[in-house]
This record gives sequence, structure tokens and C-alpha cells, in this order.
Amino acid sequence: MHNPTTLYLDNAATTPLRPEARAAMEPFLDAAFANASSLYASAREARKGIEVAREQLAAAVGARPEEVVFTGSGTEADNLALKGAAWHAREQGRDGIVIGVTEHEAVAKTAEWLGRVGFRVRVVGVDGNGVVSLDELREAVDEKTAIVSVMWANNEVGTVQPVAEIADIARSARALFHSDAVQALRFLPVDSSRADLTAFSAHKVGGPKGVGALIVRRGTKIQPLIHGGGQERGLRSSTYNVAGIIGFGAAVGAVAAERSSVVPSVEMLRDRLQAELCARITGVHVNGAGAPRLAGHVNVSIEGIEGEPLILLLDGAGVAASSGSACQSGSTEPSHVLVAMGVSRPLATSALRLTLGTDTTEADVDRAVSAVADAVVRLRR
Amino acid sequence: MKILVAMSGGVDSSVAAAMLVAEGHDVTGVHLKLSEASPESNGRVHGCCTVEAADDARRVADVLDIPFYVWNLKDTFSSAVIDDFVREYERGRTPNPCVRCNETVKFGALLDRGRATGFDAVATGHYAINREEDGRRRLYRSADRTKDQSYVLATLGRQELAFARFPVGAQTKDRTREIARSLMLRTADKPESYDICFVPDGDAAAFVERAGATVAPGPILDPDGNEVGEHGGIHRFTVGQRRGLGLATAERRFVLEVDASRNAIVVGPGELLARGGLTAEKVSWVGGEPPVTADCTVQVRAHGEPVPATITSVEAGRVAVRFGRPQRGIAPGQLAALYDGDEVLGAGTIDAALPL
Repeated sequence: MHNPTTLYLDNAATTPLRPEARAAMEPFLDAAFANASSLYASAREARKGIEVAREQLAAAVGARPEEVVFTGSGTEADNLALKGAAWHAREQGRDGIVIGVTEHEAVAKTAEWLGRVGFRVRVVGVDGNGVVSLDELREAVDEKTAIVSVMWANNEVGTVQPVAEIADIARSARALFHSDAVQALRFLPVDSSRADLTAFSAHKVGGPKGVGALIVRRGTKIQPLIHGGGQERGLRSSTYNVAGIIGFGAAVGAVAAERSSVVPSVEMLRDRLQAELCARITGVHVNGAGAPRLAGHVNVSIEGIEGEPLILLLDGAGVAASSGSACQSGSTEPSHVLVAMGVSRPLATSALRLTLGTDTTEADVDRAVSAVADAVVRLRR
Repeated sequence: MKILVAMSGGVDSSVAAAMLVAEGHDVTGVHLKLSEASPESNGRVHGCCTVEAADDARRVADVLDIPFYVWNLKDTFSSAVIDDFVREYERGRTPNPCVRCNETVKFGALLDRGRATGFDAVATGHYAINREEDGRRRLYRSADRTKDQSYVLATLGRQELAFARFPVGAQTKDRTREIARSLMLRTADKPESYDICFVPDGDAAAFVERAGATVAPGPILDPDGNEVGEHGGIHRFTVGQRRGLGLATAERRFVLEVDASRNAIVVGPGELLARGGLTAEKVSWVGGEPPVTADCTVQVRAHGEPVPATITSVEAGRVAVRFGRPQRGIAPGQLAALYDGDEVLGAGTIDAALPL
């Protein structure tokens, strides 16, 4: 299955499990299998592990441990934030939802659904780099707005949003501010105290798949989506995914500890990759380079090249890349993010996203550039 | 050989991929996303473009251990197939979208992409036989006559056919299902699909209306030109149609003609449907050249019987054919496929029926 010669440049889609996470999880996959909610010694061990993970995540994102709600994914955390807040706000007479146009589907589709069940949904545009328009946002938010949701950083192009300003705008209307920080956490310090609700995912930071978290700032009232045994202060019932949560905690702790030392080198390699692509291939447009951007992201459109055959050729050359965000059917639509940024439809369908990890080397970058250049030559023949 | 297989998620293309793998080829699967599953139905539309169809195809590719991709050719499909479908109905004609899809999508855009990405051939699950004999490209009816799809492939030319492979075309559907079961492919017992994939409810007229076609009520005329009623738009009628006329008459009436220039339909008794021949436009010949003999058979609809005929004239892109015996229901817009026995000679779009 695993091809040792694969060059993995799709770290925005998911990341390999960190050794720290694996080591922390292992005991809880074997002897320490108890249900964390039970009352005997081995259950206490499991519960203790979860609480350590809660503290690790809280410390890494500027939250208090009791503000952490573990979920089954980042998508679930976004759903809990939007639906949970909307449900609560309706009782207070607020029915407005305001989101950015480049939100991940986890937010965009949830808002769309809320629109179908009676909420007013406003979608705020972005500039050519994918930065949300603060003027438009100010105009969209009113005294009936329940929640504003703008991502911390974009998954496709890596654009980092002006979170502090967005939070101020939401707060001035006494609306809640939610931010999807799933993509941001690996390479960007995230201070979740700036938002009322912040969503995270374990597998984007070297943790296991199937675990996420929502930071619910003290005093923020939301309704749960999943009712049952009352875990996570009643906000997310379900038997604890003990090993998963513990792996998440270990991974996020390790990521936070190393971040400041690894980010400069990731960024340097990213800049080299981007420069080489532009130098070796004609007609390369870099998407979103004019604004603060996540360290590992390169998103380019290549004139006259369709993303789908390009991905096939790169796959054949052992390079794992993406032409947008990976979704259920495996098909690619012209990226809604690029279209919102004003990229033409042909260029939007020719997008290539390469996302670096901490293990990416200079040789990897050179190999990627050659692979893309070869594929483009072939497709332009 | 590096072969790209178009995998719809159905049993035929699944088995086509499996047969090519068994023959030792370097096979890659690709599922084409051609139209949008309607959101109201939660993605559960009958047809080949649902998420489920893509999942079925992907699962077969997993079992065969071949690379698999989903390619979005919606834009091509929409402009080349759906727009053409709507325009043809607006003109009072009865199009065959599967023919257009084969020409422009499967053996058009897909074939171009397959070539560009370094494949030596593109394979599909069609029932037809495609081979080279004495240096000439030939296309024949399938060994399974009940499944034969040579009609919807009849407009392909040498170059497309030389790049195309139909692995299941030389066997029966039963054999295909047997192979699928023996490989325990998940798609082995999937039902046949008959509908137009983007009109899953079978109501082409409603689809054409939803697509924003210019349609208007107009007169229903008898063969002498007397107005006998009103119709709701010529796109709702096809030559030979009997239902939906809304006329209360003692004898059965059929649509004899759809006259777009007058926005009228002409109705009359069944015996007036008989025609002596047809002319066709946009004619292509499998071998590149018109056939040397005039005798042939002609098939005028997808599941129709071939009838003996004589080619009476061939000129640039056009052909005229006389039937050996009168034929009913010659509908402009449909494909006229010409055969010599089981061999496809060529095809064109019917533009007129000829009198007896």
C-alpha cells in the first residue's frame, strides 16, 4: 500500500501521525481500554489522560481547560458552533448568521442548512488575496445577528484573516464570533480567547483522525447537537474516544512547542517552491500571495492546464498534491475560494495546491518542481 | 498498454476494467461527473452521476487495485450535450443525447485528456466490436444483439475508434454479469439503466421547459391544414407519438409532422406515417470514405430494427436513403445509422423524411 517513494505535499488535507501522539495513544489502545466515565481505577487512568489532553490543548490555544469540548472532528466542532449558537440565539430573538465566502464546507454548508430552516444568512466577500472585507462585514452585521463565522486561516490558499478586527465587529453588535482554526493551528499561534467559539481538528496537527475540539469561551451559551450521557458538560455526549483525544493532546503540545523553530524553515522552502514553479513554468499565477499566509501553503494556477489531468500525472510520478479541497465524491469543482477571490473560471480549474510539512526537504521541493514542470510540458504538447 | 477506463459505476464498465487488468494492461479508472445530482433528492438520483455511482466505481477500482480518479466534465457535457438537447427540442426535433455524449464527451474530451496524460487507449463498457482488419478500422454490432450499442457509437470516426476499446462488446451481458460475480464485484447485479441520465424521471419535455427553452402553445392541424386543436409546445411531440395530444376523436391520431416554422404539429391516422426514405446531415463514415456499394440497412432509433435500404445520394456531409419497405416514425433529430450486415458504415442526423 504505502509507496516509500511518495512525496507527500498535501499537508493541508491531513498530516502523518506524530510519534509523540502515537506513543501517548498506545497504552490506551491496549490495557487501558476502560470507559473514561466508569468508576474504577483503570477508568480513572483514561479520564486522567483525557484531562491532560484537555490541558495540553487549552495551553496551546490560550484557553482554559474547562472551555474545551472534544468532538469527533473539526467539521463537528463547526456544526456545534453554528447550530448550537443559532439554536440558542433564536430564543433571544436573534436570527442572523454572517459567514465569509471562503469558509470551508463545514461552515458554509451548515450555514446554508440554517438558512433553509429559517435563519437569515449573509455571506461576506473577500479581496483578491482572500482577506474578508471588513467594510462588507460591518454592513452585514446588525443587532439581530446571532453569530459571525470567519475562518482563522483558509485551507486552500492559506490566507490568514484579521481575526481581531472581525471579533471587534461581531462584539460591537453583541453577536457571537466563531472561527474555524482547523487549518491554522499547525503553523500559526492561535489565541482562541479572541473568539467566542474556535474549532480545531487533531489530524491537521499530527494527531489521529476522528477527533476535533470546540473551544467554548466561558459565558458563551450554545445548545448541544448530540444528547445522551452528558459528557463534555452536556455539550457533546458520547463515550470518550480516549486514545484519540490523548493523541490530539500530545500532538498539539508538540506542535506548539516546536512551532516557532520550524515555521521559518517551512516558509523558506515554500518560498523556494513558489519561486521555482514561477521560474520553470510559464503562465504560473500565485493565488493569495499578497496577504499573510500559512507557512506551508502554495496555491498556483497554471494557464491552459486543467487540474484533474495534472493531479493524475503527479500521482503517477509519486507526488501527492491537490487541485482544491478534497471532498466526498473525489470530483473537483472550480474552487469557490479562488472564484470569490476574483480568479477567472479557467484559472480556478487549473489550480494546484501544494502544502508542505515539517518533514519536507529541499530535495523534495526540487523533485516537486520537476514533476510539475514535466507534467505541464506533457499536457501542453 | 496503458489504458484509461471510463467507469460509470455500472456492471459493464466495471467488468471492462477487470478484463483489461486480467489481460495484463496498466489500467487506470476514471469516473466522469457529468451532471449535478439534484439536492432535493439528497443525491439519490437514478443514473450514473450520483455520488453512489462514483463510490461503486471507486470500490471496483479498489478491488482491482488500480488507480482511480473522478473527473469533472460537467461544463463540456452541459454545453455539448444538454444545450444541444434543449435546442433540438426547440426546433421540433427529437435528439439522441447519448450519441452526442459519445462524440463530444467520452470519445471527445475524455479521449483528449487520455492522450494528453500518456494513455495508449480509452476503454468503455459499450456493447460493440471495434477492430482493425486489413489496415481498416471497423465497427460491428455486439455479440449480444439485445444489448448492442453500435447505434450510439456510429458517428465515431477512425481516429476515435483506433484509440477506443470495448472489452465487453464481444460477449453477452450474461457473460459480463458472470465475470462480475466471479470477481465478487459489488456492481454485479445492478439494474440496467435505460433513461437519459440527466432526465431521470423520463419527462424530457419538462426538462426542456426547466432549462428555459422558448416554447409556446400552437395549433394542431389535420393533414389538410385544418386546425383541430391546440398544443402546449412543439417540444412535447415526436413523430409517431400518439399520447398527449388531448384530442377527443373516434379514430386514433398520430403525430405525422412537427413543423417548427409554423409552431404546429400535424396529426392524422397511422397509415399516413409511412415514409419511403430519409435524408441525413452531419454524416460521418467509420472508414473515412462513403461505402462503395449502395445496398445497406438503416436503423433510425436506438432500439429499432435495421431495415433494408439503398443509398441514393452522397454529398458533402449528407446522405439520402430509400427504404426497401415503407417505415413509420421517422423523426428528425434521431440518428440514422447505416450498416452492412453487422458492420457500421456510418451515420448522420435525420433532417427529413422522404415521401413514399
